[in-house]
Amino acid sequence: MATVEARHISKHFDEVRAVDGIDLLAREGEFLVLLGPSGCGKTTLMRLIAGLEQPTAGDIVIDGRVVTDLPPRARNVAMVFQSYALYPHLTVAKNISFPLRAVGMQRDAIRKKVEWAARMFGIERFLDRKPRQLSGGERQRVALARAVVREPVVFLLDEPLSNLDAKLRNSARDELKQFQRDLATTTIYVTHDQAEAMGLGDRIAVLNQGKVIQIGTPQEIYGKPMDTFVATFIGSPPMNLVEEGASYFGFRPEAFLPREVGNSDDSVGFPFRVTRVEYLGADRLVYGVLEGRTAEAHVISKMPNNIRAEIVAGERYDFVVRRREIHRFDRNSGRHIDGSGR
Amino acid sequence: MTTATANAVTAKAGWRTRLADNERLLWPLMLAPAILYIVLLVGFPFLLSLFYSVSDVTVGSRSMNFVGLENFHRVVASNTFWIALKNTLIFTIVSQFFVLVFANILAMALSADFRGKWLVRLLILLPWVAPISLGAIGWLWIYDSIYSVINWTGQALRILGPNDWPIWLGQPNLAMASIIVVQIWRIVPLATVILLAGLTSIPQDIHDAAAVDGAGFWRRTLQITFPLLLPITLVAVLFGIVFTFTDMIVVFLLTRGGPYDQTQVLATWAFFTGIQGGDLAGGAAVSLFLFPVLVAVAIVFLLLARRSEVT
Amino acid sequence: MTRRSFKLVRIARAGGHASILVFFITFLAFPFYWMLMTTFKTTIDLHDVSKNPFLFNEPPTLEHLVVLFQDTQYLQWLINTGVVGIAVVLITLVLAVPAGYALARMAGPWAQTLGIAIFLTYLVPPTILFIPFARIIATLGLQDSLWSLVLVYPSFTVPFCTWLLMGFFKAIPRDLEDAAMIDGLSRFGAFVKVVMPISLAGVLTAVIFAFTLVTQEFVYGVTFITSASSYTVSVGVPTFLVRGDVYFWGSMMGACLIASVPIAVIYDLFVDRFVAGFTVGAVK
Repeated sequence: MATVEARHISKHFDEVRAVDGIDLLAREGEFLVLLGPSGCGKTTLMRLIAGLEQPTAGDIVIDGRVVTDLPPRARNVAMVFQSYALYPHLTVAKNISFPLRAVGMQRDAIRKKVEWAARMFGIERFLDRKPRQLSGGERQRVALARAVVREPVVFLLDEPLSNLDAKLRNSARDELKQFQRDLATTTIYVTHDQAEAMGLGDRIAVLNQGKVIQIGTPQEIYGKPMDTFVATFIGSPPMNLVEEGASYFGFRPEAFLPREVGNSDDSVGFPFRVTRVEYLGADRLVYGVLEGRTAEAHVISKMPNNIRAEIVAGERYDFVVRRREIHRFDRNSGRHIDGSGR
Repeated sequence: MTTATANAVTAKAGWRTRLADNERLLWPLMLAPAILYIVLLVGFPFLLSLFYSVSDVTVGSRSMNFVGLENFHRVVASNTFWIALKNTLIFTIVSQFFVLVFANILAMALSADFRGKWLVRLLILLPWVAPISLGAIGWLWIYDSIYSVINWTGQALRILGPNDWPIWLGQPNLAMASIIVVQIWRIVPLATVILLAGLTSIPQDIHDAAAVDGAGFWRRTLQITFPLLLPITLVAVLFGIVFTFTDMIVVFLLTRGGPYDQTQVLATWAFFTGIQGGDLAGGAAVSLFLFPVLVAVAIVFLLLARRSEVT
Repeated sequence: MTRRSFKLVRIARAGGHASILVFFITFLAFPFYWMLMTTFKTTIDLHDVSKNPFLFNEPPTLEHLVVLFQDTQYLQWLINTGVVGIAVVLITLVLAVPAGYALARMAGPWAQTLGIAIFLTYLVPPTILFIPFARIIATLGLQDSLWSLVLVYPSFTVPFCTWLLMGFFKAIPRDLEDAAMIDGLSRFGAFVKVVMPISLAGVLTAVIFAFTLVTQEFVYGVTFITSASSYTVSVGVPTFLVRGDVYFWGSMMGACLIASVPIAVIYDLFVDRFVAGFTVGAVK
């Protein structure tokens, strides 16, 4: 268990600032998710922490030690790769014991540790197989076992679920969270999948263009986005943004409802011309335009199916949003303007 | 938490660690031996060759004097040089023309699936994969002045009259044609497998799309396959040119440049002048005439590689 | 077109395909067939122009092979070729494996350019370099010694194998090395303990090519070596057996066949790799 800290760390590849002066602290035992679109620098940041990249500037501190000059193997971190990076020429048992043999641990101790790790992930049966004889889910477990086996101070997980099919992904996510709780090892997890981030993270750091835009609990990130990027990156469909003078105002699709269901004392009404309705099983997505505005304001409403109100494309309806659900953002900087609606 | 780590200890790695982990040191160290070897055994001799060509060095001599461009003057003034240059060009251009035609036909024939393909491929590749000096000796026997199997077959099939008995390597025009045939024989397999690699790299989707769009075999071949195959065809031609223009083995073993220098090429003449004649300076001057072609080919190759990187 | 004419076209095409293959097999493989026939024909049969040379007019004989192995130094040449080949392969691996790996993993566009530059040195032909080499070898006192070949042959095997191995190493996912470094190995250790075991196939390919390139070389051999006992096969057969006006065609063809076919078969197994090396960049 340890803290992991990035101190004003930067990594430039020629002209590209992949990581641009990030300060970040993962607390002891915390599950911290790095979330962002592809190319935002999240993987580079993780590789900097692992020691696979040398920073252009700044320091990495693990467990109170500045490890910037140390090679990866001296940092006592474990990493699970998106591809799992299992050694194809070694059996599962040898894969798992690889980190232990690298530090010259006693044979008996190695055997015990491998058994322990294999039991933890239910892969005892596969110990004599080669990675290519395993399914995707089994490979992922081997990769996790290899990461766990030497009890590192930090786990680094780089989209470890993205190569699994959708069904397996949900159960794997659950197991992942479970074992992280049990071991209580500080974990940094990179993903571009917001559902994964929301479900797993104690806290989420949203990255864009090499910078941390916002860091907070899933609730904070969703409920109080710091700027228009976070507001539109998180949530599916994203937050509706409507231009109004020198600012934008925004509201979540699920907060935008017909007056007959959503009305309350602090509601603000909008005339809404519906262009299209999409049925998604549990929800209905209603696409349309806010009327009476200078700029065309396309917005979406997300209505759970228990709202029975009939909505037909081509018609006008009276929709409302509660005042405290409305966010305001500065039009130039995109920053959240506090005190508006909340 | 932040205050706890604010005065963190800085960990330092030992020097051995730094060497084994530092890519900036590691890569040059791993590259250096190979590059050094190449510089010493390709670069240095090449410079020496340049140096010899402006000196009067011979095999036996200990002294070496600078003579300027005299060797080149001597070479250019020699009748044999112009014959050899002409022969080298004919040898290269004619053989590579046929190689290109044959290899295209053969590669297309081989790109289809049929039974026993591996055996056909093995047989077709033999001339390239077997040592050329031994293959050339096989041809020496086939072209033999008394026992040539070609002549026997020709007479048996009545292509040759009863008194026709061509001496393949002994008659000036026939000799040139004969060595060109051997060079075609040797390079066709290489060009074929290169083109075949190109053919298999064209996605089947493209052929399917063209077929669905109503293109027949010829249209597909001329408008789809050939244009897509162009870069790789260029590669095949480049290697064919390098391996033909600078080659001396076929001519050396079959005709030794004869009869009367009628098949003499630059490479063999350089050998006869420099090694057998002992005139290292003269030989170096002759062999340097091979270099411009090499540079040209290298440039085209580099351009090709750069282009493929961009796309 | 009618269905009938489609069918005719298909039959014609199949016939065309077959005749193309027959033509090329005849042209390309004939010399080797001819070597085979000649090796086992009696001298009298070989020299009888009146009879059909495609047939055995007298019973096959082993006399030419007996002559080849008993009265010539053919066996010695085979041994020489093996010795030079093994030595060159070892030197090549020591130099080309690390270099190929470094080129594969170095960042930046100039790494690719450097790789191509190294490959292009493979194309510098012996016919440009043999004259200075003749003197260098003499100065080193290596003329007529197999060591001259061991020294010079890596000048073309190293560039080619470096290029070939670079392609191999590039195909190995970097994640494996990253994982190995996190799991406790150094950058160099990851290369030795993870990359090398995975790359055995690539290294084997490099071994085959270095060896076959050695067996095919002729120009340096004929330049540096003058005494029969130091020849390699590809030089000894065409220079020493072909002497005087009476050629021992049977023995000579046997010598060519025995040395060519095994090399050809091994080479053939790997020729796709060879082509891949030639076409890197042009095929993607």
